[in-house]
Amino acid sequence: MKYDIVLCGVGGQGGISVSVLIARAAMDAGLAAKQSEVHGMAQRGGEVLAHLRLADGPIASPTIPRGSASLLLAFEPLEALRYLGWLSPSARIVSASSPVRNIPSYPEIEGVLAELRSVPGSLALDAEALAREAGNPKAANMVLLGAAAAYLPFPPELLARAIELGFARKGEAVVAANLRAFEHGRAANS
Amino acid sequence: MPFENLMGDEAIALGALHAGLSAAFAYPGTPSTEIMEYYLDHAEGGGSGPVVAQWCSNEKTAYEAALGASFAGRRSSVSMKHVGLNVAADPFVNSALLKIKGGLLVVVADDPGMHSSQDEQDSRVFADFARIPCLEPADQQEAYDMAREAFELSERIMAPVLLRVTTRLAHSRAAVETRAPRAQNPVAKVEDRWGWTLMPQAARERWKRALVGYEAVRSEIEAAARVEPGDCDLGVVTTGLGLEYYRENEAELGRRPWRLHVGRYPMPYAALRELASKVSRVLVIEEGYPFVERELRGVLPSAVAIEGKETGQIPLDGELSPDNVRPALGLPPRPGLSRAAGAPELPRRPPQLCPGCPHADSYAFLKEALAGYPSRVVTGDIGCYTLGALPPFEAIETCVDMGASIGMARGAAEAGLVPAVAVIGDSTFYHSGLPNLVDAVSHNSNLTVLILDNSTTGMTGAQPTILPSERLKAVALAVGVGPEHVHLLSAHKGDHGRNVEIMRRELAYEGPSVLISERGCLEAIKKARKA
Repeated sequence: MKYDIVLCGVGGQGGISVSVLIARAAMDAGLAAKQSEVHGMAQRGGEVLAHLRLADGPIASPTIPRGSASLLLAFEPLEALRYLGWLSPSARIVSASSPVRNIPSYPEIEGVLAELRSVPGSLALDAEALAREAGNPKAANMVLLGAAAAYLPFPPELLARAIELGFARKGEAVVAANLRAFEHGRAANS
Repeated sequence: MPFENLMGDEAIALGALHAGLSAAFAYPGTPSTEIMEYYLDHAEGGGSGPVVAQWCSNEKTAYEAALGASFAGRRSSVSMKHVGLNVAADPFVNSALLKIKGGLLVVVADDPGMHSSQDEQDSRVFADFARIPCLEPADQQEAYDMAREAFELSERIMAPVLLRVTTRLAHSRAAVETRAPRAQNPVAKVEDRWGWTLMPQAARERWKRALVGYEAVRSEIEAAARVEPGDCDLGVVTTGLGLEYYRENEAELGRRPWRLHVGRYPMPYAALRELASKVSRVLVIEEGYPFVERELRGVLPSAVAIEGKETGQIPLDGELSPDNVRPALGLPPRPGLSRAAGAPELPRRPPQLCPGCPHADSYAFLKEALAGYPSRVVTGDIGCYTLGALPPFEAIETCVDMGASIGMARGAAEAGLVPAVAVIGDSTFYHSGLPNLVDAVSHNSNLTVLILDNSTTGMTGAQPTILPSERLKAVALAVGVGPEHVHLLSAHKGDHGRNVEIMRRELAYEGPSVLISERGCLEAIKKARKA
């Protein structure tokens, strides 16, 4: 079994921390994980891309070969369209629908979303609104993780536990708020 | 044994700690920064006692501190990005001649693809140039193991050892199995000073020994190298991450090539010749320069075809990937999803300054002060503020190497191009801008230095600047910039008018002036709040 995940977004959206949580849960499930991150200049408000590879055996390349990812987790819809080439024909896409318009030439959002929704297996959701509803407007990334949970090759409870451990240092209130956002995401894709 | 989920950089750091590291020195630089950050977060040591872990002014000072710790008999390490090795080239190349006492691990993280760099030089070439053995891990486990191995090797052969990684290994995580830590060395200084005093007579003797020692290491590497048998006339040589990209595609190959992985340099000529004797074609998959490939042309019989970067099967620049090695292996591209034909091109999203960044306010007053000068030059430097080259600022015209802004503005001014403004960050100023300012004072050069003082090394994740901001003005005064031409500015919108006025005055002054534009980095403030 192998399960490759492309995570993408704009610098500062918390994509890398989601990758870390999924890897932790996968390792709790007995899977091997290899994660590739981007640091330095690229993090400053630019395109951010992380690769996460899960398998029940050894993993070679730290980056995902084209055409082989099972899931694209996008924190920004325009960014999602950049990485279709890495997806296998049966891949799932879970993307935030709200744009980050920090470039002058950002296209019409309706067109971006229409193109995204035309890809079979894709889901674009208003993660920010769901995060607000869950009482934690900063947790859009947890909403998206929740929405993607059903596709991952291990039980969602392991993700909840990874969230608990990952945020434990920041106190119970932060853990609870992130778990609520995660559950809102799960409910939005059930 | 215990497992930890580690980035390549962290695996190296933990390996070094477990090897009994006593002292580590570095200047931040992507993709090497996390090595020192790991030491700082684990200063209690890896089970063998506390370690000294220090950021330094630049890679040269860091390297020299590591040499001193080695002289004291203790295991020491210096880590840097590839271009940092240029700054440390003087101590690096000369250290090959030293009779190393405490093991010296030099970690260099190369950045092929230039994710956050100005070039993609390959440190294996530098190691060979200096005749310093080089280890190149293929994955996180090897990163940990080779850090430990490097110290053993360094003390055994009494020479420094370079550990080379590239971005994707430095910044990817996987589980690493760790081993019991080794005790640190006691302080026991070098007794034979002639192994460390490179006056010509002693240096000639040391160089002869270094050359012999280098070939002795090659023999050891040759003895350990294993050619894996195949069943066709293709041989594949991999190095570093090239191994992982080969493995990613291996299952699809119809016939099994003869194989040799090179993880240690100087490269094993004997094993490479053995591989070549079985095949008619040798493909080299290596990340960085065609280093093995080029050397092979002098090592293998000319009847054997050598394929790789120089022959076009693998791209000569950029990173390797699981996909761009496929044509060389005779495999077709993997099909993936694609956007509909005719879909509008997606605009790129280049990196940009954070909203509210103080650099934006500095660029605003700089541009206004310069308006009206038809001929002028604004040189830039290396840091987040290099983004000032892009819209909406388009304020700087150069970015070459650390500290170059001041030297280049000075040279341009001396050549008659004025006004000349150098834009440099506080950390880069201390790194290597300072000697250029000394030159400017010495020659009374007509330039204006604008130091963007955000009290941090922002680009690499907000490491502290080597000296606190309050000292910057005193430093400029101490090297002799006229007191009436050193100004503290505040990088706030509210001070825009005052800043423009002072800047205009100093642009008109025909001598060196220093404007220090102060306001803290927002990322650093956020990070400090989180801690």
